[in-house]
Amino acid sequence: MRVDAGEVFGFLGPNGAGKTTTIKLLMRLIFPDGGTARILGKSIDDVSMHQEIGYLPEQPYFYDYLTAAELLDYFARFHGLTATDRQTRVQEMLKKVGLETAKKIQLRKYSKGMLQRVGLAQAILHDPQVVILDEPMSGLDPLGRREVRDIILELKKEGRTVLFSTHILSDAEMLCDRVGVIVGGKLRGVGTPGEMVGIKTQGIEILFEVAAGKNLPLLAKATQTGERYRVQMPEEELYGAIEQLQAADARILAITQLKPTLEEFFMNLVEADRAQANAVEVSGK
Amino acid sequence: MKSSGIIEVALGFLLVLGLAEVWQIQKKIDAQRQALQEERDELVLRSPKLIKRMSLEYAPLVGAMYWTRAVQYYGEKHRLRQLRQGDLELLWPLLDITTTLDPNLIVAYRFGSTFLSDAPPRGAGDPEHAVELLRRGVTANPDYWRLYQDMGNVYYFDKKDYPRAAEAFAEGAKNPRAAIWMKVMAAKIAAEGESLETSYFLWRDIYQTAQEPRIKKNAELHLRLVKVDLDLRELNRLANEYERRAGRRATKLSELVQAGLLSQVPADPDGYLYVLGEGGKAELNLYSPMLEEKLMNK
Amino acid sequence: MKNVWTVAANTFREAVRDRVLYNLVFFALLMMGAAILVGQISIGIEESVIVSLGLTAISVIGLLIAVFIGVGLVSKEMDKRTLYALLAKPVERWEFLLGKYCGLVMTLTVNTAAMAVGLYLALWTVKHALEKSDAWILVAVYLILLKLALIVALALLFSCFTTPFLAILFTAGIYVAGVFAGDLRTMQAVDLSPATMSLLKGVSYLLPNFENFNVMGAVAHGRAVPGALVGQATLYAVVYGAVVLAAASAIFSRRNLK
Repeated sequence: MRVDAGEVFGFLGPNGAGKTTTIKLLMRLIFPDGGTARILGKSIDDVSMHQEIGYLPEQPYFYDYLTAAELLDYFARFHGLTATDRQTRVQEMLKKVGLETAKKIQLRKYSKGMLQRVGLAQAILHDPQVVILDEPMSGLDPLGRREVRDIILELKKEGRTVLFSTHILSDAEMLCDRVGVIVGGKLRGVGTPGEMVGIKTQGIEILFEVAAGKNLPLLAKATQTGERYRVQMPEEELYGAIEQLQAADARILAITQLKPTLEEFFMNLVEADRAQANAVEVSGK
Repeated sequence: MKSSGIIEVALGFLLVLGLAEVWQIQKKIDAQRQALQEERDELVLRSPKLIKRMSLEYAPLVGAMYWTRAVQYYGEKHRLRQLRQGDLELLWPLLDITTTLDPNLIVAYRFGSTFLSDAPPRGAGDPEHAVELLRRGVTANPDYWRLYQDMGNVYYFDKKDYPRAAEAFAEGAKNPRAAIWMKVMAAKIAAEGESLETSYFLWRDIYQTAQEPRIKKNAELHLRLVKVDLDLRELNRLANEYERRAGRRATKLSELVQAGLLSQVPADPDGYLYVLGEGGKAELNLYSPMLEEKLMNK
Repeated sequence: MKNVWTVAANTFREAVRDRVLYNLVFFALLMMGAAILVGQISIGIEESVIVSLGLTAISVIGLLIAVFIGVGLVSKEMDKRTLYALLAKPVERWEFLLGKYCGLVMTLTVNTAAMAVGLYLALWTVKHALEKSDAWILVAVYLILLKLALIVALALLFSCFTTPFLAILFTAGIYVAGVFAGDLRTMQAVDLSPATMSLLKGVSYLLPNFENFNVMGAVAHGRAVPGALVGQATLYAVVYGAVVLAAASAIFSRRNLK
């Protein structure tokens, strides 16, 4: 598997597939039985190379007796930043992840989302070329996830290389130039998101509101919650349905493509795999 | 709001009441246990080596604890006036443990030498162990010459072994800081064995120099008894002199005063005048408490 | 080495903010107060008891800190995974380990010094003066500190390859064994073969001989401690400690952090 400079690479897989293990191997938190890996051309044994890497562990937990500012300052020292540099960078980072107001509060009082943000801050504090994030969206509310997505895009704009792992497909779709798919401890394929999950959509779903008593054949197939109705149909029937709704003065709230879930996607993979027993080769570079 | 306050006050009150009850009950229990006092004399762990091992690095502290226990043990036993042989049987084990745990605890050796070797009712009457204790003491504290003094006293007073007593005093005298009289005493005892003057001198030195109050008190007791013996001996000598001069035995000490042999009738340490008893021998006054003391301590 | 200092300083800061340590030290100072009381009822050995009790308190409390917090130094970081982000920085694992060690030893030094002050206060309360011979107490405290530093190293070593509970057990066990190491050497047992005797003797040399650091008996009675002993004990602690820390580093450097 190979991640090119400047790209955002998503490491996809269900829980327990081995994403975190792979990342930990890269970070030398665990040691491989065999094989090689290099980052920025240097062997992963080379600790000095960590100067150019930022890492956010999965479900991070930091020293709860420190404040965010103190933690960032502490970590910054290992990167050899001078005192003034540290101060500036720490302030910048706190602002960037939106923790400026909470910087004097001890981390033990932080919510999960806040901890995740601190984690991001310490990962990019030292201006690293490569940023490795292990499940950066986990445990975040939609607002938090949005913020993380924005930060990742910013990193990409700044020309950094980002590798992150996730089991949420939509995030990968939105952010990644390429993805690597790992199932059951083996790499199953590498490519653009479209390529990987490029399976035909399973149809369209329309969400709409309509006044009571209207004559609408669609209603027979629809499920109702309160005043709203959902109905699913094959893609070909979409425009016919829209005409019906127009005629009934219905208010269309949303039209979405139905995609297979990631679980289904991976199930297919595993079954196809069993049928063929052919795995894609992994060579670390 | 108000009701919760009242409940708190009520609970507080009950708490105090409960504790007062516990206090009362404990008093009753203590009274009961007093009656069973005999059972309290137990030294469950006897082996000094084992206790030393169990103390890990903290032996001197545990030694101090056993020392305190030894003193309290002695104090308690001593309150029962009629001490007999065997009543102080735990004293040696306690001191043995104490000095094994802390070989530098000088006061334990000194205390032990006095109260182990002294005969009942004052002590345990066990001079053998007293000597053993002191030998350990001088091995661990070769600088402390007074332990030799104590050893000499034990040999002299309780074992009546005068050659060894002299040896002990001589050994202690070798220490340049030792009192000069140590050497003198060594020679005197080697030559004469027991004598009232020697006894008086030895007890007086302990009385004057001992810091442990019980040891001091014990020395005082002995000192008074020896003083009485010295006084009586002198009075008898004077009575014999009177007989030699007057041709008959005096019946009252005032006669000796009249004869110019005494300036005045002397009193014993408690202030009671000596008398001449049967056969013209000097005796203690019938009313003197020293009489009882002498009888008790023979 | 700068990284070592960074980690050490942070470990010290953690200790300062940890209320448990304050409670322990407060408890020790309470013991000093108790020592004064106890001294009153021990006839003829008041000062000696205060010193003995004081040194015991310093030793025992220090021991508790060294074992429990020593084991936690690394295992807590591994359990809570605070370690992961740190090791992603350009810092070697041995630097981290050494830093944690130094941080705790610094903490212990401060605690022990505070308790020693308490001890002197207790003495002063009773004697209303301090004599030259009381200076030897500082030597006793210094030796206790050496002992504690060695125990922290051992706690660290064990925590690198077993669970915290077992590490505490092992460390406590080796402490007790180490106290008796000297006895083991001089032991005379009739029914053991010469081979067993020499084996035991060898073991007694390999165990940490904690009696080397114990001068309570002498100091409680105001006696001097030979300078040679202090020098040799220091050397012993440094060398033994270095060996233990090196072993711990080696083990930790290859440990998979799940």
